[in-house]
Amino acid sequence: MTASQPAASPLSFAAPPPSTGLSARFAARLGSFSLDCAFHLPGRGVSALFGPSGCGKTTVLRCLAGLTRLDEGELHVNGACWQAGRQFMPPHQRPVGYVFQEASLFPHLSVRDNLRYGLRRARRRSAAGSQPENGAAIPFDDVVGLLGIERLFTRAVPQLSGGERQRVAIGRALLSQPRLLLMDEPLSALDRASKDDILPYLERLHDALSIPVVYVSHDLSEVERLADTLVLMEGGRVLAQGPLPAVLADPALPLTHQPHAATVLMGTITGYDAAYDLTLLAVAGGTVHVPGALGATGARRRLRILASDVSLGRQPPLDTSILNALPARVLSGEPTGGHGVTVILALGEPATETRLLARISRKSWDALALRPGEAVHARLKAIALAPGRTDPL
Amino acid sequence: MIDPPLVEAIALTLRLAAVTTLVTLLVGTPLAWKLARARSWIKDVVVALVSLPIVLPPTVLGFYLLLLLSPKSPLAPLAEALGGRALAFSFEGLVVGSVVCSMPFVVNPIRNAFEAMGERPLEVAATLGAGPLDRFFTVALPLASPGLLTGAVLGFAHTVGEFGVVLMIGGSIPGETKVVSIALYDYVETLRWEQAHLISAGMLLFSFLVILSMMITERLLARRRAG
Repeated sequence: MTASQPAASPLSFAAPPPSTGLSARFAARLGSFSLDCAFHLPGRGVSALFGPSGCGKTTVLRCLAGLTRLDEGELHVNGACWQAGRQFMPPHQRPVGYVFQEASLFPHLSVRDNLRYGLRRARRRSAAGSQPENGAAIPFDDVVGLLGIERLFTRAVPQLSGGERQRVAIGRALLSQPRLLLMDEPLSALDRASKDDILPYLERLHDALSIPVVYVSHDLSEVERLADTLVLMEGGRVLAQGPLPAVLADPALPLTHQPHAATVLMGTITGYDAAYDLTLLAVAGGTVHVPGALGATGARRRLRILASDVSLGRQPPLDTSILNALPARVLSGEPTGGHGVTVILALGEPATETRLLARISRKSWDALALRPGEAVHARLKAIALAPGRTDPL
Repeated sequence: MIDPPLVEAIALTLRLAAVTTLVTLLVGTPLAWKLARARSWIKDVVVALVSLPIVLPPTVLGFYLLLLLSPKSPLAPLAEALGGRALAFSFEGLVVGSVVCSMPFVVNPIRNAFEAMGERPLEVAATLGAGPLDRFFTVALPLASPGLLTGAVLGFAHTVGEFGVVLMIGGSIPGETKVVSIALYDYVETLRWEQAHLISAGMLLFSFLVILSMMITERLLARRRAG
């Protein structure tokens, strides 16, 4: 486990039952495959279950929805018990929205009736009082606007493209007024163009939704764009869980050693240099320049930075074409392959530090005589600062 | 030209087929639903039992039904206690026999339709807050509608053409149990060829139209679903 939960404050008398977030443990033997997973996810933001195909992440997601019931399972969501021992809440009573890999729209209903299927039942439930009112209901028009699906209403389901279907499916799930949104590789059945079509909508959801999202994926680039928390799975086990940047840059984990290892920097827009068409983004440890107009001042943006796009120097870069350099501290150097070293760097003040990866040669590591604890300057090639958000929203 | 008794026989046949289809759908649809979702060996036994009338000579089936529905059957006191009567040689008896005979033709297409839709639409409905009954009526039934249609048409047509079971348990009581297939037999026995031709040609045309319309409807439904 990389980023442990913050220890309970010494002033609190006893740990109250977690009233926000999701605590889960599922275990079972499924043929030759054994699954044993326990994790805690925060009550806000996007949590990704990430791992190779067949590692059990879809099974875990199905357990969260109640679609699969394993021998052993325990699940508490926002303080409510959904499963424990012999107690098991059936899926139709759980306030979850589930987006399947294939959109799975009802072919016998129109687009509008697909959208309203869950909404009607949620209204009936809240009218009957069998479910506590969901603080902020998710209104029909908001979802339709957010996903841009209004113009699809008059089309028949079979006439929709893959990306359009998936957007309707996401809308349908949201309109069932869930308090937890589960997404099972919603992009994996789509072609590249449809993916690019949908990702901005997902990012918009991420900003607009106050409910937690659990997102299953085996595509790291999706996770880097969308997730705040990462649960790394392998062979039915949880390898690590924690905030995305921390897990991405944990040298004990396999992600760091991949050829395309990358970290994510969260930033806030502080200004725009119209003369050079550069946006100024405040990140841990400094300010970087990102090409293009990325949005209004104060907006949050994330940057995906490949380890191979980061070089290191002892001196602040003076006469170089590289625009962005951040002061950093070496945490460790991990041999990667025969000739490479992956350097784990810390940016910013120790209290709020975030991590950055740099892939350099072993020769450079020795030539610079880098050691843990030493101060360096990390130079980011401008092209590395491609923002996760591709469209001006 | 058309014998008045023949008109009566045709009306009776249509009434019998309509009632039988309705009863078979009401019994067969839940049965098909259970069978489509069951996984135990009991499923195979039940499927085999329901399918028996496909291979069993109708007269054999009729013989057993006759024993079961006669006033001397062990079931008769039960029927009387419930205010009924023995059903042999009555319209109700014919309905019972026809329901048993047409059950496989109704249950199998519906079961296939339920199996073909898979679990996914039901899981989607469950995550959208639909309980088991809600899922059945708002998702499973509409998605299985082509199978229901096929089952209803086959059940109806099969009942119209049934002879052996009717002969064994119904006899030939005009207006009560004398259906067209029995009437045809009687006309041939009494050498009334003109009426026999009329019935046979009518049945031929009817059967052809049933099959043809079913094929066309299925294609239309499939096209609507696939886009």
